[in-house]
Amino acid sequence: MRLGLSYGAVLVALAAWPAVADTVSTFKLDNGMDVVVIEDHRAPVVVHMVWYRIGAADETPGHSGIAHFLEHLMFQGTKDVAPGDLSKIVAAQGGSDNAFTTLDYTAYFQRVAADRLGLMMKLESDRMHNLNLTEDDVTTERNVILDERNERTDSDPGSLMGEQMSAAQYMNHPYGIPVIGWRHEMAQLSRQDALDFYHANYAPNNAILVVAGDVKPDDVLSLAKKYYGPIPPSDKIKPRIRPTEPPQLAERRLTMVDQRVAQPYVIRTYLAPERNPGDQKQAAAIRMLAELLGGSSTTSVLARALQFDSQKAVYTSAFYDGLSLDEDTFGLVIVPPAGESLVDAETAMDAVVAKFIKDGVNADDLARIKVQVKASEIYGRDDVNGLARQYGAALAIGLSVKDVQDWPELMQNVTAEDVMAAAKLVLDRHNAVTGYLTNEEVQP
Amino acid sequence: MIRFIGAIVLAVFALPAFAEIKIQEVTSPGGIKAWLVEEHGIPFTALEIRFLGGTSLDRPGKRGEVNLMTALIEEGAGDLDSQGFAAARDGLAAEFHFRADVDGVGVSAQFLSENRDKAMDLLHLALTKPRFDPDAVERVRGQVLAGLASDAKDPDSIAGDILRKRAYGDHPYGTVGDGTVDSVKALTRDDMVAAFGDSVARDRIYVAASGDITAAELGSLLDKLLGDLPAKGSAQPGRVDLTAKAGVVQKDFPGPQSTIEFYQGGMKFDDPDYFAASILNEILGGNGFSSRLMDEVREKRGLTYGIGTGLAAYDHAEIMSGHLATANDKAAEAIKVIRDVWADVAKNGVTEKELDDTKTYMTGAYPLRFDGNGTIASILVGMQILGLPSNYPATRNARVEAVTLADVNRVAAKLLTPDQLFFVVVGDAAGVKSTE
Repeated sequence: MRLGLSYGAVLVALAAWPAVADTVSTFKLDNGMDVVVIEDHRAPVVVHMVWYRIGAADETPGHSGIAHFLEHLMFQGTKDVAPGDLSKIVAAQGGSDNAFTTLDYTAYFQRVAADRLGLMMKLESDRMHNLNLTEDDVTTERNVILDERNERTDSDPGSLMGEQMSAAQYMNHPYGIPVIGWRHEMAQLSRQDALDFYHANYAPNNAILVVAGDVKPDDVLSLAKKYYGPIPPSDKIKPRIRPTEPPQLAERRLTMVDQRVAQPYVIRTYLAPERNPGDQKQAAAIRMLAELLGGSSTTSVLARALQFDSQKAVYTSAFYDGLSLDEDTFGLVIVPPAGESLVDAETAMDAVVAKFIKDGVNADDLARIKVQVKASEIYGRDDVNGLARQYGAALAIGLSVKDVQDWPELMQNVTAEDVMAAAKLVLDRHNAVTGYLTNEEVQP
Repeated sequence: MIRFIGAIVLAVFALPAFAEIKIQEVTSPGGIKAWLVEEHGIPFTALEIRFLGGTSLDRPGKRGEVNLMTALIEEGAGDLDSQGFAAARDGLAAEFHFRADVDGVGVSAQFLSENRDKAMDLLHLALTKPRFDPDAVERVRGQVLAGLASDAKDPDSIAGDILRKRAYGDHPYGTVGDGTVDSVKALTRDDMVAAFGDSVARDRIYVAASGDITAAELGSLLDKLLGDLPAKGSAQPGRVDLTAKAGVVQKDFPGPQSTIEFYQGGMKFDDPDYFAASILNEILGGNGFSSRLMDEVREKRGLTYGIGTGLAAYDHAEIMSGHLATANDKAAEAIKVIRDVWADVAKNGVTEKELDDTKTYMTGAYPLRFDGNGTIASILVGMQILGLPSNYPATRNARVEAVTLADVNRVAAKLLTPDQLFFVVVGDAAGVKSTE
């Protein structure tokens, strides 16, 4: 999943891929559905998730928002379950449920007492192939997604800026189109559009089942065979080959002025390679670069230089996670003190990055971050829901369970030279978009 | 902030009922009490500490001092400056979080078993010898001021400010604990020292731990960590009776949506009807996807993406409040629907089916909240503050089940006051008129 570009969202938590190899089992059903089981027997609770390898970046041109719209409509029922009843049934069992859509995948999940797993599978497998949509439901839900866009995007200049930045960053690849959709296209999405998208993409051979919690792998497998097993695979599932980026030859620069902006800031994103199956070494080095430059709000290179040794910023960050199917972005952010120039802030940020490239990696910093990465594996084992999401997201973008489990060691093995090579590769302004978000009172 | 306290109260109701959660009451050799859940499966411990008081202890003219002080606790202690402290903490892979809210200063710590002693030495240093270095004060003051500037343009914060002032008047609850631009600019290092002395003391402390630690180990940890804190802090504020009457305040704010907050009086936690009231709140606008308001406002009319209500019992006041965002031209209709639902439930009550469904939800959801050491430690602190017994989890679901339809409807008639439901609307909602 790629990061939103709002100021609050750029705080990236440390990677937390726990060493739980011994508690993870995998299966594949005859109809092609992948199954991952993560055992955690501390509490009688289970998380049940189905991930579809389909996201907003797979939409037909002109239909932006359809993947997310369909996610909403998946709660409108089947021939056996009335609209809205799925959530009510889950709630009635004391559970919670929800769903989310990103550029690369769409996922549905429930969290319930472990002995209700069968019921969750019954409901989820039913809507995988029996969705029932009326025109009325579609009309009502379209208002809901337009409201959601109002609330999450149009009311937030940071989100609007993020959309403009992505659109500029990706000149040809669909990552330039927002997950929620462009408003004028969302308003036109029809029941038939939703059904077409559903029939083309929702099938067991395009899905991953993740079950985590107080369960035994064999029990999960037999339940999965019972509920998901009978659903026939689809012959319509196509490999996800999306338009790719041409060489980017010129930096793009945007300035957005909005009176609602309280804290003007500068944000820059660069195209950056993503994590790939069996090939994550470079991504680990880029991730380490982000941690070193801006991973900690106190001890990172940017924070130290701009918030402690000088007062040129009130906030800085660097972010990259590499968890996308296609080329990702690496980002830098600086928020100067109130009323101060964005040009000066950008200059100061670039000077720190230039000095880092000249001086190289501080060995203490690298060692400290590695300790934290290792600890985060231990802390991460405390959050089985988080584990389920990590495995699901990784598998949905084509990584394997082994890739997930190899990641911590790859992070431990990153050398100072690897980081510098990553910096030279990624920090190329030809591939970059630099954005100024400000208000009338503060001149860029 | 309101939501934070609400979250504590809700979390208490969401403790697991299953036998596995075994809470031990620990008293250290030095007499410090704590609750503990031992869980040795993962080699780390979560520790939660709460000092009652929080931003309500700000002295007159010093609004924001406890908030700023709390944010500075991790900015250097003993012979470590802020960079030195952060490097030491990160080098141990320990996590410390300090925060202030209207009723307390909270400390959440998480540390690996192998680094326990060193991590606790570092936390002890922060809790006994914070430096409040002038450069750190200026830097964090800048962050607080930036947050205030941001809040001034955030419709949720604007609505919260209006609601607080109306509900609580001159009580500390009536203004935001972060302070104002002027009050924060005027705070000095001496104020930080004074606020620390007022807030961090043994006479107001609640502690819990969950994870890879035994009762004996916790006992000795408590004495080393907290034994030499000062015995007493400053006096707690008094109670405030909520001011509530029917009405609307609308404030213009650019954008396509209006934020709406609404409130009326709440109920004391020790009221015998509190359980029935919490079930009523759940039916009306609770956590699940399905509630009376969610059905009427979202499902039937598509007026919002989501609407929720909460029943919050603070240390010095009680409130029932709700929140939604809606398109500007739909704000007036949304308010009317909410008023109608409020009046209908007050008059006609809820149905047996709604009650049964909600009981199933609440009792079934109970074990789900048991999700991790940090959460458990935080819940254990909340339970102690509310005066609940440590075996409460075993009895909680039975208490929910014991509530009858007559109870809920009697409480609905008593608690819900449609003639005292006040709305704050922030946004260009043309159809909404202020009543004052």
